[in-house]
Amino acid sequence: MSAAEWHVVAFTLRVAALSTLLIAPLGVGVAWLLARYRWPGKSLVETVVTLPLVLPPVATGLLLLKLVGRRGPLGQLLDRAGVDVVFTWRAVVLAMMAMSFPLLVRGCRVAFEEVNVRFEQVARTLGASDWRVFLTITVPLALRGIVGGLVLAFARAIGEFGATIVVAGNIPGRTRTLALAIYDDVQLGHDDAAFRLLGVAAAIAFVALWTSEAVLRRRGAPR
Amino acid sequence: MKLELDGVSFPLAHFDLDVTARLSSITTGIFGPSGAGKTSLLEAIAGLRRPRRGRIVLDDRVFDDGDVHVPARHRRIGYVPQENALFPHMSVLRNIRYGAADAPVYECVRVVEIEHLLARRVTTLSGGEQKRVALARALVTAPRLLLLDEPLAGLDRALHGRILDYLRRIRDELRVAMLYVTHDPEELAGIAEETVVLERGRVVAVGKTAEVAGRPIISPGGP
Repeated sequence: MSAAEWHVVAFTLRVAALSTLLIAPLGVGVAWLLARYRWPGKSLVETVVTLPLVLPPVATGLLLLKLVGRRGPLGQLLDRAGVDVVFTWRAVVLAMMAMSFPLLVRGCRVAFEEVNVRFEQVARTLGASDWRVFLTITVPLALRGIVGGLVLAFARAIGEFGATIVVAGNIPGRTRTLALAIYDDVQLGHDDAAFRLLGVAAAIAFVALWTSEAVLRRRGAPR
Repeated sequence: MKLELDGVSFPLAHFDLDVTARLSSITTGIFGPSGAGKTSLLEAIAGLRRPRRGRIVLDDRVFDDGDVHVPARHRRIGYVPQENALFPHMSVLRNIRYGAADAPVYECVRVVEIEHLLARRVTTLSGGEQKRVALARALVTAPRLLLLDEPLAGLDRALHGRILDYLRRIRDELRVAMLYVTHDPEELAGIAEETVVLERGRVVAVGKTAEVAGRPIISPGGP
């Protein structure tokens, strides 16, 4: 593999990891609120969260572009703060966050719903605060699903294409990710290069899944 | 123990629960057919379900009354649900210590004779062992009142006498007051001095166990 290809791989891993890290607290929190409580505006939040899953990714990219572009509502604020988003690595992260957030929320929500509320109720009668119940009962019992959701979100971020190309472009050395590079190679007839990158993408997915399985297996022992 | 339930009411699936009773025995039975609202009443007393109306007062502490609602974790009421709800990701000892990390657990462990089980995983315990661990876990917080929901359900008939013996030891040696919920009047004869009979969410009889628990239950139109 060429230096440029290695750069693409390293860049993709970095931004996908950052994207997953950034959505993790909010995604887990939203999933928990959706799984455990009824509140006004819940179905609206459910819909907005699911939207990127059903819209064409390019359309999601367009919405993001309008949001963070120079004249967009968020873009103006960021511009004043001196932060460029569109066609930078930040836009890549943003596109990855938007596209993988629904998968994280869905995975975690199902995991939380599968935790029997009796465990949480008993913990409360034993004097535990809401936070302690969440951290010592809910999260450990839902951990398999939460980790699964994070791995899925990370994998989705690695593969992100449609929203990224709209909001971040495909700038070599700046915003080109693995998926964009494969597309380029195919377009230019560089099938060898495309297959090399495909192999790398498959290897990343394999390692991510295998690591999460191994981590969960180790946690299985009682303490 | 002095427990006042004064017009405690909230809607259930097919009818409203509405309970008024003054209980003062160290062990009180709550007896009624399945679906009479027994478990829901326990949840309200434990603070896990807020009544729409009514007062719950235990030993002159107001737990529920209008705007007052003391959360479960501040009530110090032990709750042993029918399915025990032992935390499956913790050892027996960690389950028992959950309610009081620093309190001595020896008395509670000794009274139900589970010294030899402390290092075990809860998922490897038999039904009777699980029940004893659940009892010890609830006792560690030195509860003002212990709520037992169908403590013999799902256990071998041969074990019933032993579990009842442990409950009598808890009553006599630790002097812990208990509410014992069951649909089987035979269980109450050996342990509860006083019994409340519940049918379709209403108290239909209160009195000495021998007098009220034996009488046939007629519930016209009941589910």
